[in-house]
Amino acid sequence: MVAFDEMTGSGAELRSAYTALDRWLKETPAETLALRRSQAELFFRRIGITFAVYGDEESTERLIPFDIIPRVLTKPEWEKLEKGLRQRVTALNMFLADVYGPKECLKAGIIPPDLVYRNACYQLEMVDFKVPHGIYCHIAGIDVVRVDSDTFYVLEDNARTPSGVSYMLENREVMLRLFPELFATHRVAPVDNYPDRLLATLRSVAPRSASSDPTICLLTPGQYNSAFYEHSFLADKLGIELVEGSDLLVKDDVVYMRTTQGPKRVDVIYRRIDDDFLDPLVFRSDSILGVPGIVGAYKAGNVTLCNAIGTGVADDKAVYSYMPEIVKFYTGEEPILKNVPTFRCREPEANAYVLDNLEKLVVKEVNGSGGYGMLVGPHANKAQIETFRRKLKAQPEGFIAQPTLALSTCPTFVASGVAPRHVDLRPYVLSGANGITCVPGGLTRVALKEGSLVVNSSQGGGTKDTWVLDA
Amino acid sequence: MLSRTADSLYWVSRYVERAEYLARILDATTRLTNLPTNYGGAGTEWQSAVSTAGCEEGFAQAYGEANERNVCDFLTFNPDNPSSIRNCLAQARSNARAVRTALTSEMWDALNTAWLELQRFEKTRMDREEFARFLDWVKSVSLAFDGSAYRTMLRDDSYWFSRLGVYLERADNTARILDVKYHVLLPANEQVGGSLDYFQWTTVLREVSALTAYHWVYREAVQPILVADLLILNRRMPRSLAACYENISRFLDLLGDTYGRQGPSQRQARKTLAGLSNTKIDDIFEHGLHEFIEEFITENNRLGNTIFEQYLQ
Repeated sequence: MVAFDEMTGSGAELRSAYTALDRWLKETPAETLALRRSQAELFFRRIGITFAVYGDEESTERLIPFDIIPRVLTKPEWEKLEKGLRQRVTALNMFLADVYGPKECLKAGIIPPDLVYRNACYQLEMVDFKVPHGIYCHIAGIDVVRVDSDTFYVLEDNARTPSGVSYMLENREVMLRLFPELFATHRVAPVDNYPDRLLATLRSVAPRSASSDPTICLLTPGQYNSAFYEHSFLADKLGIELVEGSDLLVKDDVVYMRTTQGPKRVDVIYRRIDDDFLDPLVFRSDSILGVPGIVGAYKAGNVTLCNAIGTGVADDKAVYSYMPEIVKFYTGEEPILKNVPTFRCREPEANAYVLDNLEKLVVKEVNGSGGYGMLVGPHANKAQIETFRRKLKAQPEGFIAQPTLALSTCPTFVASGVAPRHVDLRPYVLSGANGITCVPGGLTRVALKEGSLVVNSSQGGGTKDTWVLDA
Repeated sequence: MLSRTADSLYWVSRYVERAEYLARILDATTRLTNLPTNYGGAGTEWQSAVSTAGCEEGFAQAYGEANERNVCDFLTFNPDNPSSIRNCLAQARSNARAVRTALTSEMWDALNTAWLELQRFEKTRMDREEFARFLDWVKSVSLAFDGSAYRTMLRDDSYWFSRLGVYLERADNTARILDVKYHVLLPANEQVGGSLDYFQWTTVLREVSALTAYHWVYREAVQPILVADLLILNRRMPRSLAACYENISRFLDLLGDTYGRQGPSQRQARKTLAGLSNTKIDDIFEHGLHEFIEEFITENNRLGNTIFEQYLQ
């Protein structure tokens, strides 16, 4: 399977976005690239961008490898992608409002009701609750992959607490420092307005009772969370307090933070804690990360949570397979972004096919994320395949399967020199009371191992700067 | 600001200050043990270093004998000693990491770089020369952190809480140095004012970088009562208890003014400062230096608790 290459297409051409970069790569000796890479690493280490890998005791802090060769998109490519993303996120928000409200899509038979009702992420607390300004998913990270010059597939809709945007911003910062000459020869659309956009989005959804200058904070599980760096980075860029559960208290359905001058009222919470841990009075009672009573305050309309509770029902992998129908149902338009063809193992015929073709397919747990609990058939050994066969027979509804995609490749600086490696892209889409915004590009993740298709940082993936050329 | 942020800022400074103090103790102890026995090598120096660091109990549990190797290990890299230099720097960095947005990038850089370099030191086998380099390095970390705080922080409540941590810890450390040297180190049969005594008091001064200052201020040979005067009452001496409390009181007043509310910690600090201003060193010696110091350490801890209750919880 020969993958589409972002720079050379099928291998013979030189795609227009990459002409200048190609020349630069040819002119720059490998030693220079190696030197710049070590400078980049030093920079990341010093500013403390680290990433914790669960289950890896040795390194609670590890750097995500950064590749110095950018991934480039032309303006028309991006514009089409952006249109598709807006459409998709619009549909996601309408879907959420519907499943927690009138349930038109279930009545119309667009999606089997049990996928919603029996979904662990479907929160009964949210049924018939009107979220502020009707928006559920304020921050979405839509993972897309490219298979040829015209086709992007959505791989996953991250509608809960998508992470990684700090890498998008810091990667650009490092590139600007290390390769000023490249920015002189390329007109790269800036991304550094993301924090301002995010802040504007959060402000726009403050409860109507809040003042014109609402108090916003970012709720983190704390410094041992894998994305803590990002939480503190964003709080800093937004100029808002970074709070842990213990910094907040709820009194008479109003949320306050504990400050050196006594309690201060909070209006909007950008929370980076999962639903389950948010409020021990409503969800997991053993959670020490959350804030007792916060859900009560939310439902009393005294505080806005971003994202809303219960958005996980929209990015579930089983629901994902219905997204083309969902997009069409709510927007009345053909989906601009395609879905990866998906076998729903809950359907007996599909499961039979999957069981017969395990070595060719990627099998994912419906509720898994981050590359955990996943079988990549072509790269798996017999034992791994048999383990999944047993799981699939025991609980088919817990899985979906997809053909192994030929994710596009992008030139990457590895030990052997510059070589193609598979990449994906996570653009970040913001939805506020004033509409949808999306900064050009996003986070490109790259599978550094030759032939590998798994780009997750928890599985040894790296990142690249993503350029959208303005002309 | 968030109470937790203030609390972390306060502790970051305390831990960095404590790491420096430990390095100073080890430096001075090494110097003292190098003296020929009839000039001061009493053989109890390493035990005294442990006492000065305030972790006798933990040490006794971990090791039997207080010798150079055990004590250096315990006070520098031992992961089980909560007050080892390593753990102080780890705690400082961990607190800093939790409130990174409240630190300037220079302060974070100082701590984070220190943490990375520490791991390199931890891996090397150290001879005496390398060990001396390590101790110098710890002091330079504290200087770099302190200097970047001084130069880059906005003069607002974050800065004041961070300074409070420095001075509360420094007051505690200075008091401990004085106390332990006076009572533990001097063997019973040794005469106060003898040559052993002389070198030990010189060590006290060295531990707090005050030997030169001593000569400038008193222009006399080193005497216990004058050393105590310098380190307790002399406001020009930046490590003295009086200087520490002058600062503590000033920063607490700034907080009180800004927040528009005075509280128990302001009153308590002012009272301690007034006490130090109205006392003569002769009175302290008459009353008993040890008793004075013990009371001071208790008061200082109490102020820490009051600050916690008033602002940090």
